[in-house]
Amino acid sequence: MLRFILRRLLQMVPTVIAVSLLIFIIFSVVPGSIASSMIADGRGANDPELIERLNREFGLDRPVHVRFGDYIWNLAQFDLGTSFRTRQPVTELIGERIWPTLKLAIAAMCVAIAIGLPLGFFAAMRPGSLLDSITMVGAVSGLSVPQFWLGLLAMYLFALTLGWLPSFGYGEGGLRNLVLPALTLGVGPMALLARTTRAAVLEVMSTDFIRTARSKGMSSFRLVKWHVTRNALVLIITTLGLQFGSMMGQAVVVEKLFSWPGLGSLLIDSVGLRDIPVVQGSILVLVLCFLVINTVVDVLYAVIDPRISHG
Amino acid sequence: MAGRSAFALALAAFLLAAGASSARADEPRQGGTLNYVAPYGSSFSSLDIHASAQIQDAIWSKAIHKPLYDWDADANQPVLALATDVAASDDGLVYTYKLRQDVYFHNGKQMTADDIIWTYTRIMDPQKAYPSARFIRYIKGAAEYSEGKAEAISGLKKIDDFTLEITFTDPMDPAYLLMRNVTSIYPKDEGNSEEFLKHPIGVGPYKFAEYVPGSRLTVERWEKYFDSGKPYLDKVNIMIMGDASARDVAFRNKEIDVSVLGPAQYVAYKADPEMSKYILEVPEVFTRFVGFNLDYEPFKDKRVRQAINYAIDSDLIIKRLAKDKAYRATSWLPISSPAYDKDAKPYPYDPEKAKELLKEAGYAEGFEFELTATQNESWGLTIVEAIIPMLAKVGITVKAKPVESSVLSEVVPAGDFQAFMWSYTSGPDPLTALLNFHSETPQSSGNYEKFNNPDYDKLIDAAKQARNEDEKNELLRQANNLLQEEAPMWFFNYNKAVIAYQPWLHGAQPNSMEIALQSYEKIWFDESAPSR
Repeated sequence: MLRFILRRLLQMVPTVIAVSLLIFIIFSVVPGSIASSMIADGRGANDPELIERLNREFGLDRPVHVRFGDYIWNLAQFDLGTSFRTRQPVTELIGERIWPTLKLAIAAMCVAIAIGLPLGFFAAMRPGSLLDSITMVGAVSGLSVPQFWLGLLAMYLFALTLGWLPSFGYGEGGLRNLVLPALTLGVGPMALLARTTRAAVLEVMSTDFIRTARSKGMSSFRLVKWHVTRNALVLIITTLGLQFGSMMGQAVVVEKLFSWPGLGSLLIDSVGLRDIPVVQGSILVLVLCFLVINTVVDVLYAVIDPRISHG
Repeated sequence: MAGRSAFALALAAFLLAAGASSARADEPRQGGTLNYVAPYGSSFSSLDIHASAQIQDAIWSKAIHKPLYDWDADANQPVLALATDVAASDDGLVYTYKLRQDVYFHNGKQMTADDIIWTYTRIMDPQKAYPSARFIRYIKGAAEYSEGKAEAISGLKKIDDFTLEITFTDPMDPAYLLMRNVTSIYPKDEGNSEEFLKHPIGVGPYKFAEYVPGSRLTVERWEKYFDSGKPYLDKVNIMIMGDASARDVAFRNKEIDVSVLGPAQYVAYKADPEMSKYILEVPEVFTRFVGFNLDYEPFKDKRVRQAINYAIDSDLIIKRLAKDKAYRATSWLPISSPAYDKDAKPYPYDPEKAKELLKEAGYAEGFEFELTATQNESWGLTIVEAIIPMLAKVGITVKAKPVESSVLSEVVPAGDFQAFMWSYTSGPDPLTALLNFHSETPQSSGNYEKFNNPDYDKLIDAAKQARNEDEKNELLRQANNLLQEEAPMWFFNYNKAVIAYQPWLHGAQPNSMEIALQSYEKIWFDESAPSR
């Protein structure tokens, strides 16, 4: 198992290098710069002297291949560079923002698991029933509703109408401020999880070994506990892993709407202001999170289903 | 100064007429926590205000810092902040400041001339590229210092601890330069420390308390603030809220005390009998326009440019698309400018006149041009879509070219356009605003249309030399009218900036430079404010 984990971790290296290269190339060719972003709001005239000084200070006057070489070299030393805007190390900026994003994604995932999993399970147990129909209509709706609109509805209902929760902000980092953004972010994965769970459970339920177990008189409780759940979990965990990774990226919209101080809102501002080191660093961190989660999911496969061989 | 005062009275009358007065008969009251918003993005760029070019950062900086001059939003003019008196030499180059002796930094240290000299020198650091340098560059020797050709800025001279002499490169009113937040005064030597950049220290009305990156910045009352009795509030939370819909909910839920309104919210709040009582609106110093590249053959002819101004029904667009959250533009200078000509009339909507002019110019069959614009709802593609059919009626075909805002600000100074749409600062100093169109101003530095008119240049040159404010403003008024006649652009509108505030809040100021920039020390709460 240890060899397998090590191999998976090593496989991440070329992916990270490829992603770094791609990000670097994209932001080397797209028009706009930190200097042009400074006058984009029309509050000051273009200043060629400032542009020259900025390019010199941030090394943007050097050839692209030299900059890329430096970027990779620094990356190898876990140095993501310095922000053009704040002049702070990018790792420091990301460090300030990664925890709120993780917290939001974890909370949203908890919402998804706590509601989506049992709903999908019960719907599969009674296919064609009212509960099944309601669950599936809800799941389709949950997948279709834009997060932005859902977030606004949640704000109007829980903050403005009922007055139960604050409508925005991080507060002191407590639970009250987390509830609405987590609900908003969690609805999509919850719906997908409900559908996936239902499908996975139905598939397992229709297999021969389940029919055999039933015919041998095994109780429904034991059947579900020992056979259905364990077999369905492979698909469910795959969905969960992929969803968690995607959620880190989807959090951008929710973070902006709820003024949540995560990596997504940092990324949006940095793209607009062409703070390239921060953009590169943030995307890289998000990609890393995705890769790590995938690796964890792969490891979990082996734990759940010993038939899966990693040799 | 006489011109400024007269203009201030005029603006005050305008604001009263617009129902935008913030004056209350009540006496200011101490205490309370203000929840303010920073609406321009999802974060602050930096806690080093010298390094920032973002208006979002000026919002927190107004609480913590003070520059040498301040912008008095109520009087609509710059005023001395950290000095009690200033004397200018006859040639308008040397200014001697008597500094206040009651100004203390938040670490308890008294501010002296050394701090100001150190601050301006820091801004010009040869190793750095601070955006604030463009305001200090007008001090004699600043450019040489920043290029590494001098050991110090020769135009900065300490007479004694509380007397400072500044020599400028040109005769000018330094107030418009040294009132910028990005030139705020830092304590000598401490301003470069790592600690300072995380816990900024200034001489402003509030001291730094806490910063949650991407969420809020909290400041607390500075007891030794030099303007005695102020500030009134105990604490200010500056909340980062980039989304207008979210701000709307938070404001209605009374979680924030002030909200900056977009066109959609403006309509809703105006229609609400209760909320409409607590709206403050002001003509900001921003002109929205379509600039023409005068190198493009059809735009070389003044009649073509005028024809476009006649062919577009600007009032209709302002009413329908800008939701009346704008003032019709006559020329470049905005309503709040001291050189604005209140008798000037905008180009009327007259498509027949437009056709006549095009025919005279040899474009009876029309022509085509590409219009570069961003997605901005008030001065972007939405507006372009509205003018396309209007210009088509007179035979002009417009092709929209969508770009991102940081791309627009790259292609325009490079001259890579036929026409572009932008919202651009046109004040508060009318001379600086009109200098953009002087033939000696390069395209890369503000003369984006490449406007070149000898009569215009003469008026601007004369205004630069004028020592009397009224005389200067009269010359600038003429230049502004000439610009309207020459029409190097379609004059669309001046931004109407609007904030909504809660009924318990008093002292909000109609800041024509940027309404989101409030002098927090003037704001106070009455008894009806919620306890936080």
